Amino acid sequence: MQGICHVVLAERGHLRPGMFVVGGDSHSRTGGAFGCYMFGVGATDMAGVLVTGEIWIRVPRTIAIDISDPLPVGVSAKDVILHLCARLGMGGARYQAIEYRGSTIAGLSMNERMTLCNMAAELGAQAGLIAADATTASFVRAVGADAGDYRDWQSDPDAPVSQTHKVDAATLAPHVAAPHSPANSAPVGEHAGVTFQQAYIGACTGAKLEDLHMAAAVLKGRKVADAVHLLLAPASTRTTAAAAADGTLAALTEAGAILMPSGCGACAGYGAGVLAADEVCIASTSRNFQGRMGANSSKVYLASPYTVAASAVAGHIADPRDFLQGDDT
Amino acid sequence: MTGKAHVFGDNINTDVLAPGIYMKPPLEIMARHCLETVDPDFTGSVAAGDVLVAGENLGIGSSREQAVQALQHLGIRVLVARSFAGIFHRNALNFGLMAVACPEAGKIRAGDWISVDADRGQLTNQTRGENYACERLPEPLLTMVRDGGLVAHLEKTRGGK
Repeated sequence: MQGICHVVLAERGHLRPGMFVVGGDSHSRTGGAFGCYMFGVGATDMAGVLVTGEIWIRVPRTIAIDISDPLPVGVSAKDVILHLCARLGMGGARYQAIEYRGSTIAGLSMNERMTLCNMAAELGAQAGLIAADATTASFVRAVGADAGDYRDWQSDPDAPVSQTHKVDAATLAPHVAAPHSPANSAPVGEHAGVTFQQAYIGACTGAKLEDLHMAAAVLKGRKVADAVHLLLAPASTRTTAAAAADGTLAALTEAGAILMPSGCGACAGYGAGVLAADEVCIASTSRNFQGRMGANSSKVYLASPYTVAASAVAGHIADPRDFLQGDDT
Repeated sequence: MTGKAHVFGDNINTDVLAPGIYMKPPLEIMARHCLETVDPDFTGSVAAGDVLVAGENLGIGSSREQAVQALQHLGIRVLVARSFAGIFHRNALNFGLMAVACPEAGKIRAGDWISVDADRGQLTNQTRGENYACERLPEPLLTMVRDGGLVAHLEKTRGGK
């Protein structure tokens, strides 16, 4: 077990700008962060690709999402995508390809770009794409791959787009999506005070190294509230190793986080952390459909690693900005 | 293909079609829990040859093929929706389960008898005596579904190798 494929592909240099890639999971859209055209298919489709080397695709139209200005302290890519889920609706992208662009994107790390492209799935997009730039190239080279002519993989200036949505990142608050849909998201204040038994930092979209850094920025020197347990399932074994080496893992476990194996885990209803009847969880995962994470009567709130960590300390849903004042994070 | 309609709303997701906590048991056990979250009576009332009708975005969510297999196991022979989520649509066709997008799917009521002529892109509501136009799939996909899905189609076209 090396971890969740979307993160493993990236960290082992298998994704390079300009590739056309399919993966066997709906969150395979994550690869769009690398200037690849990547989308998810089922296992039978994958078998077909292995046998023939070919696949069909209905060519999608394009939605442009322009995001400008840097994200405020305590606000992350997860908050941007949860905001978009509420705005466009579940499946609102209707099989189109989303291109995320603008000054916010230019300033985002690859981990954060992966979160945006990953959850293009929740918008019902065929793919979520970010044009390759120097940030992409330096990540790809750092994992031992060739970034090639990465500057070539840009949208034409006159390429038609079906819709353009603008997001002002500077005014964006941390977001929380209430049960049972990512589209039920609203600024964290609307859910403040909701109590839960479990906090979960895991999944392809919420447990990459930088996601762990976000959680640690809140949890370092603090303790998880007595009434809750915090589960931590890093997205890959390399993530766990890197977090151990840089002190992040110690900060999280000393705060009370329980370390678990890397994998899709409870996000998809498998293994430890699956919810019992009537249990409530706040999770850094991507989906909170009824019954997804366990019992039909369980409930899942989705949020960023910052917000999950802050809520775990508070014992109820809490605004992470109150825990990060003065921090340079 | 004629069958009795079971009607659902928008955004029926793969977790209600194939709940994660039943992914490990055999398909026949998981299938008993198909759609129970939104209609506890569904598995008790569905019969071989029936038609599943839904609103927008049928099958949003996971790539899990069990969402299609559970419906097939229960006897569903055709899917009709105002629109489909991309991966679920592919999965249905790959398993030989006809899945047609029909803008007028909302006119169908539970229990209506529906016949689907996928080759002509037409759906007939026999109970109400109405015809609805639906999206006609491209010929290669119609052929694949007729062959029984992707694996059967590849076996046929590639000589079983």
